[in-house]
Amino acid sequence: MRKLGNQRSALIEALHTLQEAFGRLDKPGLEFVATSLRLPLSQVYGTATFYQHFTLKPRGKHTCVICNGSACQFKGADRLLEGVRENFGVGDGETTANGELTILTARCFGTCGLAPMAVIDGEMSDPLTPETLNGMLEGVMSKP
Amino acid sequence: MMMRELKALSAEHKEREATREACINVCGAAGCQSHSDELKAALMRAASAQGYGPDTCAVKKVGCLGLCGAAPLVSVHPAGLLYQKVRAEDASDIVANLDGPGVDRIRLDPHAPFFSRQQRIVLENSGKIDPEALEDYIAADGYLALATALTQMTPSQVISQVTRSGLRGRGGAGYPTGLKWSTVAKSTRTPKVVVCNADEGDPGAFMDRAVLESDPHRVLEGMAIAAYAVGATEGYIYIRSEYPLAESRLKTALRHAERNGLLGNGICGTEFGLRLSLRLGAGAFVCGEETALIASIEGKRGTPRPRPPYPAESGVWGRPTLINNVETFANIPSIIRNGGDWFASIGTQQSKGTKVFALAGAIENAGLIEVPMGIKLRDIVFDIGGGIPGGHKFKAVQTGGPSGGCIPEQFLDTPVEYETLATLGSIMGSGGMVVIDNKTSMVEVARYFMDFCMTESCGKCTPCRAGTVQMYNLLSRFSARKAQAADLALLEELCDMVKHTSLCGLGQSAPNPLLSTLRYFRQEYEAAMLPQGGVK
Repeated sequence: MRKLGNQRSALIEALHTLQEAFGRLDKPGLEFVATSLRLPLSQVYGTATFYQHFTLKPRGKHTCVICNGSACQFKGADRLLEGVRENFGVGDGETTANGELTILTARCFGTCGLAPMAVIDGEMSDPLTPETLNGMLEGVMSKP
Repeated sequence: MMMRELKALSAEHKEREATREACINVCGAAGCQSHSDELKAALMRAASAQGYGPDTCAVKKVGCLGLCGAAPLVSVHPAGLLYQKVRAEDASDIVANLDGPGVDRIRLDPHAPFFSRQQRIVLENSGKIDPEALEDYIAADGYLALATALTQMTPSQVISQVTRSGLRGRGGAGYPTGLKWSTVAKSTRTPKVVVCNADEGDPGAFMDRAVLESDPHRVLEGMAIAAYAVGATEGYIYIRSEYPLAESRLKTALRHAERNGLLGNGICGTEFGLRLSLRLGAGAFVCGEETALIASIEGKRGTPRPRPPYPAESGVWGRPTLINNVETFANIPSIIRNGGDWFASIGTQQSKGTKVFALAGAIENAGLIEVPMGIKLRDIVFDIGGGIPGGHKFKAVQTGGPSGGCIPEQFLDTPVEYETLATLGSIMGSGGMVVIDNKTSMVEVARYFMDFCMTESCGKCTPCRAGTVQMYNLLSRFSARKAQAADLALLEELCDMVKHTSLCGLGQSAPNPLLSTLRYFRQEYEAAMLPQGGVK
């Protein structure tokens, strides 16, 4: 925020920084942003909820974002989601009860040559089947 | 940096390259990225184990090599070898075969139609230069066009070259670029702003990502030339947050360009200055619409507003603003270097130049291609794309993402132009081409895109906010095979209403995928209906 001179236009940048640091946007964080940028809290909240990238819910230790772009969709992104639901009992936007894994979907990562794919803890996967995805997730979660 | 310094640096760099025995290029774009660091390290180890140093055999991380379906890719120069699905274990064999004939088990034919049928302008450096090295770009005549424009041309001469070239907006709508530039240039109000739209939201499209990851300086150079032509002194690049690699390469490129006097104050020793900054999106498709994008740059919710006033009169902070797409800006340096007439000689009467397409879906050669306008769809799908894998049959090709439509087999011989695609009920769009095979139901395709538009509708105007939900619900009845004849009629009525009464492009084009599947695959909708008088 300071980099952008505490201008009101820095709202989205500020929210990005906040989410990067804390993993989500919580109420104290939003209030801090509103005060610093001299914006009404309603506008900060409105902007935070408008954009899909921002989340107000806490995320699990690991995040798996399944791509739901058209190429992935026509090549079986739904089956990946079903597989994950069967194995871990969570669907899009949900976190496992033990707080280990959050499943999200994205609009398209633009790596359609790898379809269907997912991004697991920031790493792009190779083309997936429900079995390989579940295997990878179990691998990630078993690491300390 | 002045013109003569650019030329000297370019010559020096070329000389150094010429003394090398070989150069191994590892694709480092997002599709190959997860393997590229490991591969580069393995290749460097293998090279030094076989007695090569950095002066005799360089290993470079470059931009997109194109054939993303066969990732990760590696190319060897000057022998012109190309390898697919390379693993770290292949490194020593690759280094042992630098002069050819190459390692057969992973070799790709660089003369295959996928490569030979392409014509590269925007992607000319992609896969050849290191996107994080300014000197690589300068050695490929980079920033020469900017220096020429600033020192030897007036702003109106620049605009006249762009107008002569016949370049049209590559974001999808195809508005003549020269005309847009001259509108902004005519405005007497200052300061003015240039904006690069890198919010590539269409699912199945990755042209702009590849350009930004492979050759970021080209986009910056195009923006600087545009700024000079229209008289802008500040600029923004609005990039979506799903592209972290493109973002980081752009940041690096910006820093290098500023440090070397190619951006910032006093560019190329002239009085012209341009301050560029990056703005990160946050996952909202509607922000690709120019007025929504402007709102988002200003830190607000990305909701569109009615036009006029157009951004050319009142854009970012109410200033006259020029907004172009990544690919449009990426064409500019070549147009200035080679002249507008050269560019106009490529393509067709109405659509000049080349277009980058992202081939994906049910296709053998998924990847990034650049072809001259006017090429037949059939050539793209079957010749360059290699047809449909797994013995399945071609059903349709979807162009233009959620704003476009599906083109069936009988129209595959249509030349690719803005107008012809629109006549078929689709659009050129930004360049995503998703091939659909006979396993896929077209009702499901329409439902998928309607779901997309429904979720991404910003909610400002009622036709789009409520209409997309209603259409989605009706489509769900078709996909559950519970629809009736009245549903089909209602669906068509809603399409017409949403198309003609929505505020922005998102709503106006949201019915397109549905309309085009209704037009060409109506039997699939009819088959999903209950027999007359059936019970719901």
